[in-house]
Amino acid sequence: MTTMAIDKGAPTRKVKHGSMSRDRAWALRWSYFFLTLFAIFSLVPPIYMLITSLKSSAEISAATNPWWVFHPTLSNYVELLTSNQFLTFFRNSALVSIFVVTITMLISVPAAFALARMRFWGSATLATGVFLTYLIPDSLLFIPLFKMFAVIGDWTGIQLINKWYVLLFIYPTLTVPFCTWIMIGYFASIPKELDEAAIIDGASWFQTLTRIFIPVALPGLIAATIFAFTVSWAQFLYPLVFTTSTDQLVLPVGIITTLIKGDVFNWGQIMTGALLGAAPPLIIYAFLMDYYIAGLTAGATKG
Amino acid sequence: MAEVMLRKVIKRYDDVEAVRGIDLDIADHEFVVLVGPSGCGKSTTLRMIAGLEDITDGDIMIGGDVVNDVPPKDRDIAMVFQNYALYPHMTVAENMSFGLRLKRYPKAEIKARIDEAARMLDIVELVDRKPKQLSGGQRQRVAMGRAIVRNPKVFLFDEPLSNLDAKLRVQMRIEIKKVHQKVRTTTVYVTHDQVEAMTLADRVVVMNNGRIEQIGTPNDLYHNPATRFVAAFIGSPAMNFLPCRLEEIAGRLHVRLTDLIVFPLPPNRAARYQNMGRSEKLLLGLRPEHITEAKAHHAPGFEAFDAVLDVTEPMGMETLIYFTLEGTLVCGRVNPSAGARDGGALRLAVDLNNMHLLNEVTGAVI
Repeated sequence: MTTMAIDKGAPTRKVKHGSMSRDRAWALRWSYFFLTLFAIFSLVPPIYMLITSLKSSAEISAATNPWWVFHPTLSNYVELLTSNQFLTFFRNSALVSIFVVTITMLISVPAAFALARMRFWGSATLATGVFLTYLIPDSLLFIPLFKMFAVIGDWTGIQLINKWYVLLFIYPTLTVPFCTWIMIGYFASIPKELDEAAIIDGASWFQTLTRIFIPVALPGLIAATIFAFTVSWAQFLYPLVFTTSTDQLVLPVGIITTLIKGDVFNWGQIMTGALLGAAPPLIIYAFLMDYYIAGLTAGATKG
Repeated sequence: MAEVMLRKVIKRYDDVEAVRGIDLDIADHEFVVLVGPSGCGKSTTLRMIAGLEDITDGDIMIGGDVVNDVPPKDRDIAMVFQNYALYPHMTVAENMSFGLRLKRYPKAEIKARIDEAARMLDIVELVDRKPKQLSGGQRQRVAMGRAIVRNPKVFLFDEPLSNLDAKLRVQMRIEIKKVHQKVRTTTVYVTHDQVEAMTLADRVVVMNNGRIEQIGTPNDLYHNPATRFVAAFIGSPAMNFLPCRLEEIAGRLHVRLTDLIVFPLPPNRAARYQNMGRSEKLLLGLRPEHITEAKAHHAPGFEAFDAVLDVTEPMGMETLIYFTLEGTLVCGRVNPSAGARDGGALRLAVDLNNMHLLNEVTGAVI
């Protein structure tokens, strides 16, 4: 305010910014500084992967500048994309992720709707319970889960272990609680009058969910979908434990188990495989980033 | 089109009784306004009629049928909410037709009904817009349109104008009245604004503390309030209540306000209050318009006295004056040319033909 007064008194002087905007300019400078730092920090590994994936094995092991490609080659890409094994991993990963996302959404959206809107006995406790289950780490859960499927196999003769589709039962233990929690927050932020209006208009609970809640909460739904997809695509521990045959492996485990032979690391192909594996989530994020952020923040304020 | 009847309706939340036994008959085509301070149970009553709240005890009848256990969608009602509750992802036309589409009405009929309602509400050019692109008043019109196209037995309004600014509220009030004159659907309207209640209603139901204080036409409530609550709630500025006693002076009944101010009662009032106890603690209820500047000649029943004004509020067509009488702030309305000014003295007259006498303890109007 004082600078404003001075400005009025001396109109010939060069106009200065008010203290507010000067503060903001400094804040902006600092945030750019740290953002740049962080961007470099997080971008170095993928760039290094890209550089390495374009090198031959000989060049990787040669003592040249690791940050430069002297003889670029696509041989790693050609080899991986023509190898049936790699394509099987890719297919397994894709199938697992698509099914897990579908299963997760089919469970967590109605569950979240019920927990957010149908005030039944114990619904609040149940909602908290759902979140608490998410806090149990997978490194704790995999032993009892493995035991469970082993026992089921013994009793019923249905052998699920070492089949890629066993992961369809296991991943939802991670994705369903979190997605339900996100969706509860999102549904809770929808004004109560909206479902009351729908009910008076003659909609059933199910119609209220499908025709009002899902379209209105679409950003949250997309955020939850992306989360479920990312979790199942990147999951490492569970597939490592539950699948062993090479035709049942998913991408992250497949790359590690087939491209590392004893102490021989096929770096070029490992990097190529990792890069190709990172592509689908990257593409999805790029297209749906805005929805993802909108969904997470909206869920956060009311969750 | 149908009448609505409430019989000893009670709503209890755990141990709080929100509605304590309400009896109400609403005739076909009638516009009834439930009015009262917040927490008086008016919204709960409306939501019970809508079926959004269960009834703890009693009966609600719509069109002669008990609907206690009928779900909202089968009650054939339409509701307009305070925050409009428009579906944000649908256009205006889709919003209005949602109920009809759920009931699988033929497309042509849906279109005809939307056109008619849109014309009635003057929103024809808005039907393809999303609610986000509409102003508050336009949204409220769409919400009303959604109710109208359904052609229900009963309209329910839950404080529909509270989110609008003052000017728009007046405009929409008239709009609602016009719509009701056209469609003549039985309407239950909830508001906390007594002006809205007075201007819209065929009959006003004043509620307080989960009970009905009084039911009557706007004029009836204004001129013949049954209790102190109604007398104070209806009318703005509010009625003045002055502690007083009845006294017999020279064989004529007087009302004594202070040691100095004592007024003889006009004959018809004197007859009504003749049997009252002389020592009973009473309140004299006088509306501001019945405290005016004194004139040279007064009709019978007018009594003059002197007052020193605390504050004056010029309103243009009149001036509101405030003065203190035995510690009570009293409001009157005088002509702008009466010479009222802050801190100045003015000779005033009270119109005792329009006085009310209230029991100070029970609040009942005698």
